[in-house]
Amino acid sequence: MRRHLFSRVGQAALVLWAAFTVAFILLQALPGDALLIKYQNPDMGLSPREIEDIRASYGADTPLFLQYVQSLGGFLTGNLGYSVQAGVPVVDQLAANVPSTLALAGLGFLAAVILAAAIAFLSSLAPFSWLRDALQALPSLFISVPVFWLGIVLIQVFSFQLKLIPVINPPEALGLVLPVATLAIPVSAPLTQVLIRSIDDVRTQPFVAVARARGGSNAWVLSHHVARNAVLPAITIAGVLLGELIGGAVVTETVFGRNGIGQLTQEAVNSQDAAVLQAVVVLAAAAFVLVNLAVDLLYPVLDPRLKRKAGALT
Amino acid sequence: MSHVTLTAAPETPGAPDTAAPETQAPDEAAVPRRPRISRLQPGLVLSWLVLGLVALWTIAPGFFTSHSATSGTARDKLLPPGDGHLLGTDELGRDLYSRIVHGSINSVTGALVAVAVGLVVGTLLGLVAGSLGGVTDAVMMRIVDVLLSIPGLLLSLSIIIILGFGTVNAAIAVGVGSVASFARLARAEVLRVRRSDFVEAAFGSGGTFVAVLRRHILPNSAGSVLALLALQFGAAILAISTLGFLGYGAPPPTPEWGLLIAEGRNYVATSWWLTTYPGLVVVAVVLSANRISHSIRKVQP
Repeated sequence: MRRHLFSRVGQAALVLWAAFTVAFILLQALPGDALLIKYQNPDMGLSPREIEDIRASYGADTPLFLQYVQSLGGFLTGNLGYSVQAGVPVVDQLAANVPSTLALAGLGFLAAVILAAAIAFLSSLAPFSWLRDALQALPSLFISVPVFWLGIVLIQVFSFQLKLIPVINPPEALGLVLPVATLAIPVSAPLTQVLIRSIDDVRTQPFVAVARARGGSNAWVLSHHVARNAVLPAITIAGVLLGELIGGAVVTETVFGRNGIGQLTQEAVNSQDAAVLQAVVVLAAAAFVLVNLAVDLLYPVLDPRLKRKAGALT
Repeated sequence: MSHVTLTAAPETPGAPDTAAPETQAPDEAAVPRRPRISRLQPGLVLSWLVLGLVALWTIAPGFFTSHSATSGTARDKLLPPGDGHLLGTDELGRDLYSRIVHGSINSVTGALVAVAVGLVVGTLLGLVAGSLGGVTDAVMMRIVDVLLSIPGLLLSLSIIIILGFGTVNAAIAVGVGSVASFARLARAEVLRVRRSDFVEAAFGSGGTFVAVLRRHILPNSAGSVLALLALQFGAAILAISTLGFLGYGAPPPTPEWGLLIAEGRNYVATSWWLTTYPGLVVVAVVLSANRISHSIRKVQP
């Protein structure tokens, strides 16, 4: 067990290191010189010597491998480099923007879980087959909708047609409703699919037949016997959901003009500010790797059947 | 007629008695399933029709609309859907329907380029990893893990920052994001096929490598590859429209579905059709691609 723990943690660290390396190669080594692009602009009126000084202050004149080592060391100690465009440490930019994105993503995730559970359970309880089919088709529809378009349509309907939510300076809580809905709908889709499949699986188990034979109603069996067992497999797609959540948050923030990682990312791409994008990429990869690690380590704790199986094998 | 009896005859005496119930069980399961597959599915037919129409838009846009996609008369600006302009006009008086039809060239070919990049690079990676095994396999699959650990949009943006903005660059960026799925599939197929009895039997009965590949391995792997292709095509349409919306795809006068929505966004309060219709087209195409992918996977044994 302890060996499994160590090997799993080591593997996660390896993937994270590789993700950093890929991001470094893509964003620092390949693209030429963001500093030259910015400071050689004739409008800035800098002499070649001044440009050299600036380059030296960013560490751009050192050999690439040294830059890699320094950058890696910096990431390990929490120094993520400097934004070329804004001229401030990337850490400060992240610190200013992460909380707002975290709030949006957290609420979006919560809403997605509620939505997915509602659709999945209703679709297995619905009295008519056409209603069941309609509910089960929802995730395929949700997954096919562009996030940015969904946001615009929601603004159109709720802000302009129904005039429920003011477009300019809405109260904080009210202003979150549409972005959270925009984010939650596509993120709920894979979760709903897994839940529906897993409910179907669990329902064929003998203990469900026993519960029904004892006189349990459909809803009672579902809530008391099926639900807890069916929720478990949904945990395995936590990593996928996180990726959707991050990508979705970036787009949602752009559509609703909210500050956050999304705005930061978009500005970084527009001004080719590689250091910022690298930090965002590595941060996202770290979140993904950590979530998957947590799922891997927690799953046997949550599902004792796995432990027994592993024990029987060895 | 004689062929049927000839091929069937050696099987019945050849089959041992104990194997009979085993071969019967899957037969029984397969019989009621058959009519379900061959039954006409309206959703699936509609999906093929949608993709067919969009393919025709891409090949011959001039056949479907006489309006120009890039120029219009200012007098006709922001007309609601109705006579003369099927889906209305935009702020420069350009016909929206015609812009959507002409936009399919950018969106669809972009998605095709993306899928091609993913298919070629991913399949090569997967084939090499699966065939060589050992350290090569381990290293390559860790690289795939890394690609999967970075959210698709951020990976695409990282590629775009290097390559610059543009339709083709956005397509390549999206394609790189799908490399990991193709690599995983190709590797799994190689491992599955290499272990299977029928491939060993085909080699054992004197088949050359090329013949076995053509007659046994490719037909067996085609289904899952096609299913993934359709799925990734839909995902690529979504991703490319997202990049177009953010402004990293085709430059403004070009009609591209994501860009159309981005431009229409400024008139969202007064001209709902500018954002609604291009979005509906994207949803229809992605939904159809997913539905077709699902049906291909279902036919798979």
